[in-house]
Amino acid sequence: MATTEITQGAAQVANDAAALAAKAQALAEQAAMVQQAGGHADMLAMFMTVFVLACFVGYYVVWRVTPALHSPLMAVTNAISSVIIVGALLAAGASAVGFSQAMGFLAIVLASVNIVGGFAVTQRMLSKFKKKQK
Amino acid sequence: MSSTLSALLYLAASVAFIMSLRGLSSPETARAGNFWGIAGMAIAVLTTLAQPGMQVSLWMLLAMAIGGGGGLYIAARIEMTALPQLVAAFHSLVGLAAVLVAVAAFYSPASFGIGVPGAIKLGSLIEMGLGTAIGAITFTGSIVAFAKLQGLRSRALEALPMQHQINAVLAATCVVLLAWFCLTGNEAALWLLILATLVMGWFLIIPIGGADMPVVVSMLNSYSGWAACGIGFTLQNTALIVTGALVGSSGAILSYVMCKGMNRSIFNVILGGFGTDASAGAAAGAAKEQRPVKSGSAEDAAFIMKNAASVIIVPGYGMAVAQAQHALREMADMLKKEGATVRYAIHPVAGRMPGHMNVLLAEANVPYDEVLELDEINRDFAQTDVAFVIGANDVTNPAAKNDPKSSIYGMPILDVEKAKTVLFVKRSMATGYAGVENELFFRDNTMMLFGDAKKVCEEVVKSIGGGGH
Repeated sequence: MATTEITQGAAQVANDAAALAAKAQALAEQAAMVQQAGGHADMLAMFMTVFVLACFVGYYVVWRVTPALHSPLMAVTNAISSVIIVGALLAAGASAVGFSQAMGFLAIVLASVNIVGGFAVTQRMLSKFKKKQK
Repeated sequence: MSSTLSALLYLAASVAFIMSLRGLSSPETARAGNFWGIAGMAIAVLTTLAQPGMQVSLWMLLAMAIGGGGGLYIAARIEMTALPQLVAAFHSLVGLAAVLVAVAAFYSPASFGIGVPGAIKLGSLIEMGLGTAIGAITFTGSIVAFAKLQGLRSRALEALPMQHQINAVLAATCVVLLAWFCLTGNEAALWLLILATLVMGWFLIIPIGGADMPVVVSMLNSYSGWAACGIGFTLQNTALIVTGALVGSSGAILSYVMCKGMNRSIFNVILGGFGTDASAGAAAGAAKEQRPVKSGSAEDAAFIMKNAASVIIVPGYGMAVAQAQHALREMADMLKKEGATVRYAIHPVAGRMPGHMNVLLAEANVPYDEVLELDEINRDFAQTDVAFVIGANDVTNPAAKNDPKSSIYGMPILDVEKAKTVLFVKRSMATGYAGVENELFFRDNTMMLFGDAKKVCEEVVKSIGGGGH
């Protein structure tokens, strides 16, 4: 009698424990999801902050560029916008070989033309700007 | 490499890019600025190559070498007069690269840490979609701009009837496709979006006239920045976001400066303002009066300028077309030897890209402190003996000030008419780009020098040299 009760009690406890564990797991999953979603939102907010501040920096820096150098400005901004090569490298450097990698390689070539060409042509232009020789 | 370290290195790259633009505030610091840019790019590339999970292959370095070699070759060989075309062509490459990266990210999101195929986060889809759309518009738009600047002619470059209506429908389609793609992450939606935005870019630039190209090139410059920005959000990479924002705002500011230089709004330019209005041009042609103009020879011009104490040269696109900058500088040198002060006045929209004239004059060894902007020099025309206008027309037209009916009314102009004598180098009596008659040609103090800009300069040089002793 006592043994059956104990067995029953133990089984009950075991069941309760299992149920509790399941609940805990569900909670944990929920928490993780919340955290993930919250994490993404935080990241987005952070990147938006970076973006908006960078726009302001760009605005003030570019207004200070002398109009005489607007052509080199275009060439150099063109060169630095090719920093998109970062994405191309990530795509090409992935371990899986496939379509994305091919896209990445093509993008590397295009961006490299721009980077080297842009900086070189800027250099060529700027080397011509000389002051009056006295 | 830990993620904190790489984030810091990307930050360093961003700062270097800011310093690079900062350097352009004066010609003395500009070269250092370019090196900042190169340093920033090197940091960004090396940091990316050192990412964990990155499989650096020989192929990658080869791809960079091929692209870099091509870029170097083009940059070393390009004529400075062809600079606007080159910049347009370069923009198209950035646009296409952005599209390719976005497509790569869509098909293997795991390599960018933004989810698994078919289940990419909504935020990433929006960023990716925007990056793709702007990149595709930049790509084809820049190709059209390149073709127009290069003077290529083709049926594909001609505006269709009802182009504006077609564009409006197309723009709406692009928006719908973008929304479809962002909400579903559908593969077909991505490709349709790419297709629609490619066509959009093409049609967007087609109706815009040749002389509005400074605005167009600046605008595409801006777009290439925003495209990089969109991709930066997708990759959660601060260097890309910061750089994209810098380039985007830079292009936007340049577009604004160009529009202001023509007293037009950006919408007016995009919708194809005066240059394309054929009916107005025909009417102006019919109403052309036969008024007498004073025309002179190179000897007359040489005589007048030799006796001048101050000369202001006003170059325009015609100088670039005729490649007259070297001959012009030679002429200026001779005048300086004769004791005249010689300066150059640059209108903001002279040439086919912002600052184009400055580069051409610098190439011909004109010191940059002799080259002045409209605001700096405009008051001095009244105390100047000779204004030598070469290849410029509309930017000197007094109608911009006195004729409210004129299509260029309100545009800031160089007050050349206030100089004692105006020498106007021109191929013929044809009107300028705006199709507006220039009142200046008929003034008493104006002398027209008909002919090719380069030849006229060379003849003036000969006459000054020959007549001097």
